[in-house]
Amino acid sequence: MPLTPVDDPEVKSSEREYVWTLNFGPQHPATHTTLRLVLTLDGERVLDAVPHIGYLHSGFEKLGETLDFNQYVTIVDRMNYISPLANEIAWHHAVEKLLNIELTPRCKYLRTILAELMRLHDHLLNVGTTALDLGGFTAFLYAFQQREKIYDIVETASGQRFHTSYTRVGGVLFDVNNAWVDKVRAFVRGVPKTHDEVHRLLTKNRIFIERTRGIGYLSHDDAINFSATGPVARASGIERDLRKDEPYLAYADLDFDVVCAKSGDCYGRYLVRMQEILESLKIIEQAIENIPAGPVNIDVVSDMVLPAKPAVYRSIEGLIQHFEVIMPNRGYDVPREQVYAATESPNGELGFYIVGNAETRAYRVRTRPPSYIHFGMFPHMIRGHQLGDVAAVLGSINIIAAELDR
Amino acid sequence: MVDALELAARIGSPLTESTFRDNRRMDVAATHILPLLTTLKNDFGFNMLIDLTAVDYLEYEGARDRFGVVYLLLNVDSGERLILRTAVNLPEATLPTATGLWRGADWMEREVFDMFGIRFAGHPDLRRILMPDEFTEFPLRKDYPVKGRGERHNFPVITRAGS
Repeated sequence: MPLTPVDDPEVKSSEREYVWTLNFGPQHPATHTTLRLVLTLDGERVLDAVPHIGYLHSGFEKLGETLDFNQYVTIVDRMNYISPLANEIAWHHAVEKLLNIELTPRCKYLRTILAELMRLHDHLLNVGTTALDLGGFTAFLYAFQQREKIYDIVETASGQRFHTSYTRVGGVLFDVNNAWVDKVRAFVRGVPKTHDEVHRLLTKNRIFIERTRGIGYLSHDDAINFSATGPVARASGIERDLRKDEPYLAYADLDFDVVCAKSGDCYGRYLVRMQEILESLKIIEQAIENIPAGPVNIDVVSDMVLPAKPAVYRSIEGLIQHFEVIMPNRGYDVPREQVYAATESPNGELGFYIVGNAETRAYRVRTRPPSYIHFGMFPHMIRGHQLGDVAAVLGSINIIAAELDR
Repeated sequence: MVDALELAARIGSPLTESTFRDNRRMDVAATHILPLLTTLKNDFGFNMLIDLTAVDYLEYEGARDRFGVVYLLLNVDSGERLILRTAVNLPEATLPTATGLWRGADWMEREVFDMFGIRFAGHPDLRRILMPDEFTEFPLRKDYPVKGRGERHNFPVITRAGS
């Protein structure tokens, strides 16, 4: 038998008895959530991988056709639960584009800060758990300590730690106060230290580099062909970031850089995420110091926004407005049109394609889920690597099964 | 900006162009979708397929076709976006596959097939992706109820003793 039998064209497939099949998942520590891979192995080398998904499919898009624009936010924040607010912002960004609502400056800044906090939240988890899967436990603990503080910040704003359901059409649930602003300031001061600790633990760590460099290579052209977006695309040298290219919220006012790498491997994606943490901090620092005063929700007169709770309970106008928005036979003035709007979520381009039908709920709502599209390229990225590299590649494309299956 | 008239002349079929907010859309007949996608990709630099999805117009007021299939294209270099829409009807509901142009179309088409039952001729591996293989219906069609038709209750229960 030749040394690498699979490369020998003489060996017919029926004779490849040394090839064996391994079922990876759906319950496996390195998948973090429920996804299943059927791997074809030659020794430890992965010849092919067939992903089987759908274990968490819960019909989110079907539910979007029955819930109204404010109710559906509770579903979208269960999609990518690593960065729930980023989904909410993306969802209401699309709805506001359909309804042609211009947000108040304060709301734009507030949502920008929250979106960037979610990017930190996601990247800290991703860097931490990738290291964890590759055997580096310490970095994971450092990263999670900071994530805990983001939960606190989000809880102060919305009253919920995890599934916040914080945004509303034309605004947010509650305005934030100065105590919240101070909390964010204190958090921003603390992150560079953690970043440095993680950086010193991993970036020049020989084991980590050998487990990630050259693994899961995705070339520039392949990244475009496979529809890659976000950090995965930027690590392959695609200079594209919706925050710069199609500025939404307050990003046009803020100074930050788009982080790219050329290597296209797991190590490149790690470096892009690490640097994006610092860029996000820059954005939050600028936004929190310049957050405009004034109302956070758009004017009640527009008939588009839920009034504040004190106004509902203490004034007849507020009560009427609440009634007008909530009752299914009244509500928003929705055009019979279709719209696609996307935001740069931590994982890539998260877009919603909404079909309106003159009802207060969407006729059809399609999520463009970055996890789903990135997982489609997984077999291409893992072929030829070792079994142990499956965890590295899975970690580096950041698959969140709830978003994958919806 | 790609010109609709020039495109229509290239593929030899009329295109209806429309704009809503900043979305630029073109409606094309299903027979000409593949030539249009090929032209856009090869000659106009729309090198990324952002998304591929479908809409069931069964209960949509004034709709003439049953399904709309939507292609969201992006020119990565210039940042220009374009939305292509086409329509298919039962019982065939078949479109040519775009996997020859974009490998990313593979899973997107599988999802549209899984959810709407629209077939993509020439797709290398058109199987259900989110729903189980033994599932027979197409859940995102409008004539399929939100609560389902009791499929979940009919799954065989595998007990520890019987396995």
